[in-house]
Amino acid sequence: MTFASLRTLGIRCAVAAIMASQMTAARCEDSTITIDNFTFTPAELTVKVGTTVTWKNQDDIPHTVVSAGKFKSKALDTDDSYSFTFTTAGDYKYFCSLHPHMTGMIKVE
Amino acid sequence: MSTFDHDHHDDDPRLSRRKVLECMTWAGTGVLWTISGGVPRSLGLVGSAQAAEPAGLTFLQISDSHIGFDKPANPNALGTLEEAIGRIKAMPVKPSFMIHTGDISHLSKASEFDDADRIISQARLDVHYVPGEHDFIDEEVKLYRERYGRGTKGAGWYSFDASGVHFIGLVNVVDLKAGGLGNLGAEQLEWLENDVKGRSKSTPIVVFAHIPLWSVYPTWGWGTEDGARALDYLKGFGSVTVLNGHIHQVMQKVEGNVTFHTARSTAFPQPAPGTAASPGPMKVADDKLRTLLGTASITFKPGNESLAIIDTPLQG
Repeated sequence: MTFASLRTLGIRCAVAAIMASQMTAARCEDSTITIDNFTFTPAELTVKVGTTVTWKNQDDIPHTVVSAGKFKSKALDTDDSYSFTFTTAGDYKYFCSLHPHMTGMIKVE
Repeated sequence: MSTFDHDHHDDDPRLSRRKVLECMTWAGTGVLWTISGGVPRSLGLVGSAQAAEPAGLTFLQISDSHIGFDKPANPNALGTLEEAIGRIKAMPVKPSFMIHTGDISHLSKASEFDDADRIISQARLDVHYVPGEHDFIDEEVKLYRERYGRGTKGAGWYSFDASGVHFIGLVNVVDLKAGGLGNLGAEQLEWLENDVKGRSKSTPIVVFAHIPLWSVYPTWGWGTEDGARALDYLKGFGSVTVLNGHIHQVMQKVEGNVTFHTARSTAFPQPAPGTAASPGPMKVADDKLRTLLGTASITFKPGNESLAIIDTPLQG
């Protein structure tokens, strides 16, 4: 690995750590999905096995994050977060059970 | 009040013409709609029109109280509910009852339901509730059914009769499917089919549910996946009125013998379909808020196949 790519990785880790700042042990592979305007952003995310993904609701309306049979958050009020660690590879489709037109996907490799 | 038997309800106030006029006066600047031959006609400002015939039944619709909501679109949702109930208390003629088309609370907290009950009960009217999606988000998903579910089926659906009108309260906010809209489900549809089977086709039908049963704006989830199946069971009835909430604004559509109508919220307005990035709470100027909140009054006149619906804002 070149010095340049190590440096890039370092910046990426720092950014991820800031994004996941409320987590006690932020690791560089952790990811955050924001909920704004009834939309999951990014709508599709590819992560490595072992990654913890955190959803943060920034709307003035509660939302949930539900993947049938896989994971299910409680209702997230404004600024509430929910985290799930993906330990198995696969495609995880999820949605908001209150506003089911809100959908997203996590691809775990 | 929610401690009544949903299966038996038969108020018959027989309002006099004078009383109707008084009631209409209260409605202030509300616009009276009448449906004739499937074509909605606005009769202008209330006060003159439609008061000549005796009314058999007047009831109120309130919706989307969102008690617990405290964001910029309305930091005091409890206060605006209180204003709405205050206006109902001041009505010169008491309506027969109220229906509440859901989202009583914002987060299904016991304290939110308590606050809502404390204010709504001051109207001293029976209230027939159906739940919104905000009423089912407590951890154990039990508070709504404990408080409002007596005498109901499934997640809270039921029917009752009043003054010859058959009322059907439906639940379309549970078991929603990814990518979909509101949902009634097979069990409830089967119940509905049996509930209306054998009834005289001249019985006026009022269906009420939280999310619009018709397709208002699917992009924002404003519709019900299997709503058309419910309406199929109501084909052939001479008068069907569908009352919904959820979209926090007045909309009306007439299709044949079916009138669809949505009520304002008492908590906060939402944007017209497609006019904003999302259907979330809409912040407006403080002096405009109360013109976008309000309630609806619905009058059924025997011998007339239409129900007159008057939407009344809190102000303006």
